[in-house]
Amino acid sequence: MSAPNPTPERDVILKTVGITKRFGAVVALRGIDMELRRGEVLGLVGDNGAGKSTFVKILTGFHPPDAGKIYLEGKEVSFNSVSDARRHGIETVYQDLALVPQLTVTQNLFLNRELTSLGRMGWLSNRKMRRLAREYLQGIKVNVPDIDAEAESLSGGQRQAIAVARATRQNAKILLLDEPLAAMGARESALIVDLVKDLAQNQGMSMIVIDHNYAHLFELCDRVNIIQQGRVAYDRSVNDTSLEDLTELMVSEYRRQLLEGQTQLDK
Amino acid sequence: MAQASLTTPAAPAPPHRAERGLSASTLIRTIVQRREATVVAVTLGVIIYFGIASSAFFTTANIITIAQYIAAIAVIGAGEVLILVLAEIDLSAGQVYLTSPWFMYLLWHAGMPLGWAIALTLVFCIIIGLINGVVTVWLNVPSLIVTLGMTYALFGLVLVESNAIQVNTPGATGRFGWAFGIGSWSTILWALGILTIGWVILKRTRFGLHITATGGNLLGAAEAGVPVRRIKVYCFMIISLASGFIGILDAIRIQSMNPGNTGLDIVLPGIVAAVVGGTALTGGRGTIVGTAIGAIFLGVLEDGFNLIGVSANWFYLAEGVVILIAMVANTQLTSLAARLRR
Repeated sequence: MSAPNPTPERDVILKTVGITKRFGAVVALRGIDMELRRGEVLGLVGDNGAGKSTFVKILTGFHPPDAGKIYLEGKEVSFNSVSDARRHGIETVYQDLALVPQLTVTQNLFLNRELTSLGRMGWLSNRKMRRLAREYLQGIKVNVPDIDAEAESLSGGQRQAIAVARATRQNAKILLLDEPLAAMGARESALIVDLVKDLAQNQGMSMIVIDHNYAHLFELCDRVNIIQQGRVAYDRSVNDTSLEDLTELMVSEYRRQLLEGQTQLDK
Repeated sequence: MAQASLTTPAAPAPPHRAERGLSASTLIRTIVQRREATVVAVTLGVIIYFGIASSAFFTTANIITIAQYIAAIAVIGAGEVLILVLAEIDLSAGQVYLTSPWFMYLLWHAGMPLGWAIALTLVFCIIIGLINGVVTVWLNVPSLIVTLGMTYALFGLVLVESNAIQVNTPGATGRFGWAFGIGSWSTILWALGILTIGWVILKRTRFGLHITATGGNLLGAAEAGVPVRRIKVYCFMIISLASGFIGILDAIRIQSMNPGNTGLDIVLPGIVAAVVGGTALTGGRGTIVGTAIGAIFLGVLEDGFNLIGVSANWFYLAEGVVILIAMVANTQLTSLAARLRR
């Protein structure tokens, strides 16, 4: 195991400072400070209700934060909507949701960014799109049996890979992956793990992975943030943490909460 | 770093299409895999049957009869393809088909030149589609109910405005009349033109691709930024325009308009043509070519039963049974094709 050395000079692409959010009487986030570096895969874990999904929805522009700041490549930004966040280069890949089953790999890859001719007529330049799709997928080492195959005929892993490929092709700077390995067999998982690692290491893509499964996080991520009670409770590099340590951190938190609840009941 | 190869390691790359030999089995494979293949087979079957059963079948006069009968079914069916691909339905297209010549008639009767009356009527049809679309999309009412309501409303409008009295259609004279319905092949040629435009839109344009995307994965398409609501509204406008236009042609051809005709009798064969032709009711999949062949199938069936003298009492029973058999054959052959594709 190499020593933990999160080099500070390494380029921080996304940084949040003191993000808070409350829904009525419920305080969801109590000040989240997070840093994502360029080419890094950061895992977010946390119990249901810990604030993980609220935080992600703030990053994708779905909710505005009550307070706190978001810095993208050093500049302060705020997102008014999901498409606004996307315009800034933050793309979310949802499990299986993204692709249209009846469209081909190429058509899905270019969806709503089709190449056309004849101006407003919108005549599709199919040949050109197919060539670019083939080149692009080869470039990021995603092999599909047939670029003209309908998404429906692909395996779950292939569909996920195409969804990731589409997001990266559309100039995403940061990918948010929501349980990217859910409902996937071992071989399929390996494909996605390889794709994610390759994108991070060779293309410099920065990614945030949200997952309940610690084993998946260890496979995919460089660093893990544990969110508890609306804060980042622990920030660990996967190199100096073991799966057991992570589990222990989570369990000890439950234990503490249980005891706290007990003492409150005793009063 | 291992390559993110998504093919199984042992599987060789599938041979390129052009490299495959054209043996009989690959030919059969290719034909069966076409979505329109089954309806073509079924339609050829009924054509051959009626051709043998009746000597009057393969006469020019009879083929014109069939062509005139199927023009409206094909056009309305093609419009329904766009709507069905969106996973919606438009039951009002038939009533729009019946109402639009009435609108034209009323404008003409009030003193407007016929050309202007037709142009204004087509605008009126587009507005009906706009209402269908807006109520469906923005007020979240199922399109089945919206367009059924529209059907009754338009039917009522015709009865009120006509005082339930039949009239003769204007415009059935001269070169104009010949081009707009009177000429033997006029309506079917217009229909072919409209179907070609529909096919081009669906297959070759960005708009058509977005129709499929909207119907295939509404949320995913919206996520990708496809304006799904606007696309739905546009399609309701397109089907209304096409139905209203072919309605004017048929009214001129028949030369009279009966306010008692009901639109559901017109739209349902169109929907059957689309579905028999291979368009899914669940959205995402549709074929204009299949719909055209589905319309031919219905036309040949109707005409053939008449020729061989099936009594009127038996007619609908026979037609219903044949449609059901054709649909069963269709779904069975489609699942066979899906298995061959793997």
